[in-house]
Amino acid sequence: MSKTGLARLGVLLFLLLLLETLCRLGVIPSFTVIAPSAMAESLARILASGRFAADIGATLTNVGIAIAASSVAGVVFGTTLHGFAAARRVLDPLFATYYAVPMYAFYPLLIVIFGLGDLPQVAIGFLLAVMAVVINTLNGLDRVPAVLAKTARVHRLGPLRTALQVRLPCAAPYVFTGFKLAVAYSFIGVIGAEFITSSRGIGYEISFAYNNFDNAVMYAMILFILVLVIAVNMSLHVWEKRLLARRRRA
Amino acid sequence: MRWKEPLILVALLLALWQILYWIVGDVALRSPAATAKILAGMLGDARFAPHLRETLLAFAQGFAIAVVVGLLVGVPLGAARFAGEVAEPILVALYSIPKVTLYPVILLIFGIGMPAKVAFGAIHGIVPISIFAMNAVRNINPTHLRTARILRLPPWTLFWRILVPAALPEIVTGIRVGFSLALIGTLLGEMFGSQHGLGHLLMQAMSLHNIERILALTLLLVAFAAGVNALLLALDRQLHAH
Amino acid sequence: MSHVALRGVTRVYPARAGQGEVHALGPVDLDLARGEFFAVVGPSGCGKSTLLDVIAGLFPATAGEVKFENTLVKGQVPPGIGVVFQEDATFPWLNVHDNIAFGLRQAGAGATDVAAQVGYALEFMGLKDFARAYPAQLSGGMRQRVCIARTLVLKPRLILLDEPFGALDQQTRLLMGDELLRLWRETGATILLITHSLDEATMLADRVGVMSARPGRFLDVIATGWPRGRDSTIVANESFGRITSRIWTLLRGESIRALGRA
Repeated sequence: MSKTGLARLGVLLFLLLLLETLCRLGVIPSFTVIAPSAMAESLARILASGRFAADIGATLTNVGIAIAASSVAGVVFGTTLHGFAAARRVLDPLFATYYAVPMYAFYPLLIVIFGLGDLPQVAIGFLLAVMAVVINTLNGLDRVPAVLAKTARVHRLGPLRTALQVRLPCAAPYVFTGFKLAVAYSFIGVIGAEFITSSRGIGYEISFAYNNFDNAVMYAMILFILVLVIAVNMSLHVWEKRLLARRRRA
Repeated sequence: MRWKEPLILVALLLALWQILYWIVGDVALRSPAATAKILAGMLGDARFAPHLRETLLAFAQGFAIAVVVGLLVGVPLGAARFAGEVAEPILVALYSIPKVTLYPVILLIFGIGMPAKVAFGAIHGIVPISIFAMNAVRNINPTHLRTARILRLPPWTLFWRILVPAALPEIVTGIRVGFSLALIGTLLGEMFGSQHGLGHLLMQAMSLHNIERILALTLLLVAFAAGVNALLLALDRQLHAH
Repeated sequence: MSHVALRGVTRVYPARAGQGEVHALGPVDLDLARGEFFAVVGPSGCGKSTLLDVIAGLFPATAGEVKFENTLVKGQVPPGIGVVFQEDATFPWLNVHDNIAFGLRQAGAGATDVAAQVGYALEFMGLKDFARAYPAQLSGGMRQRVCIARTLVLKPRLILLDEPFGALDQQTRLLMGDELLRLWRETGATILLITHSLDEATMLADRVGVMSARPGRFLDVIATGWPRGRDSTIVANESFGRITSRIWTLLRGESIRALGRA
């Protein structure tokens, strides 16, 4: 491991030990935060018992649907829009303002429209995620060198084939950044929606445990989400690096 | 800034809303005009003003903390390259986690009320502001610094004449992003852990299935967030144009 | 009957914000014989690249017509024409082998056919050891070879080259020139080479077309009279300097005109 990596690990371990010590010494009372070791222990017990398997399954399914739908829709819409400069100029302020708008404010409206159930949660995840894919797809397509577009014409490729065989592969690093953000935003959207109102899912269980002063379950599930999201992000990061290594100048 | 395109966009969104209303009807929606009338009535209601004040106060404090802490974290990390490299992935990971999961922790620490909302707004804003500040300082052109040394600029002149103008545009971008996220964080805090404020009103309206209130509040929040963002974006672009 | 025929080819760019319409090229008349090596030189901005784009069918002529093998070039690049650009046109997401196979696969060639053709092109361009490498790992000269190989496998009857060695250093240019002559002899294709290097034009071509400053027109076409079996050592030939200086005499005034306008 590199020196930076070791230092990073050291910092994280130090913070973890600090929290552990403060909790064990009672400086931080257990009704506020429980010790990290207790969180891990509780999480192991919960996972082994399969008690929340259905909730975890529901959350991951909804997140998965939001990721898949936003990725496909984002790339298709971004690629289509790239061909219409005037439409893009009109939508530009929307792109610039999109993430400034509190998307959760639409959640009550989505419930009214879609009813209770999984659909409003997936919709929030999708709405948060899709714009990251659209913006990054457009950004990547803007950077396709003119000579590659010319090369496609020399090979007599039509617009669809040019998009699939030349433009999108060329823009792939940017599109991948969009996918990475879509994963993070889908988690944020779905879990946030579960907190607001829902009858199952990890967010719901954390909320339920909080209302019942069940800190062991609450912190175990919070830990679960944080570890899961960070692990997913890190694997995407590693995958991206491997994919892009050969495209970068040695 | 051009005016034609944003106007077309707003008209387009309003038309879309109206069409949606025609399709789903009064069961789930009100028309844009009706919503505007409801909102106007709400803003004129004396019982509404304290909630608005509460939200703005919580947001202002949370945002101020986010700016101060974000700069205090980001600027030194940008100046110290190694520390910055150690910290960057941690900051990015913090940015991508669903911070809403942390709200019970905040409530346990601060209790229900103003401090929890402020804290929730602040933790949403701190991360992007520190990431942008770090990159702003890190990317200051080293040639500028060498030139300053050759000219033997005193530290104070170096700071005001070289460092601030070089880093400011990116820092402003970070503050713009932090502004939006701190607002979102404050509202989330109000939705879960508060008896006052716009977020609380929104949750209340939802449990009462009061479509008119939901729509009016959503319109108010979206218009406020979009409006302020547009102003900050204009400032941001002007700074980046140099 | 000529292989490529241009009659009154003109290109005018429509007026845009801040400037009026720009008369970039022509009218130009030109006939290329089948299997001929023709080079075009001219001052910067004289419309050389525009000429190539119009012949390739990448952009339409404003007036006049281009015929390739007696068929009007219109709307799209006709089959049988290959183009090599100055900029790096390799696909960075494909390795060398797949870059070269790109056109064949788009045309629907079978796997065995692709393997055979690409294998030959790799061998011919000296890229055999780099088949699995990615463009990012190669030098500029090697990447340009990949682009030439990608064109070569499609067996073009007309190859258009737009400053293909413009980004390379002088020694590499001379060597690439030799490669190009070898390729030309082997394939029997007609070649049109755009270049800003007078030496390169004189060394490689059967005929050199000298263009005026914008709007580009041919001031003169000079036959070099070299044998088909030539290579870069021809620069030592006593008539080499004479031809080059004749081109320069034609170009000098035009270049000054172009410089004053830029």
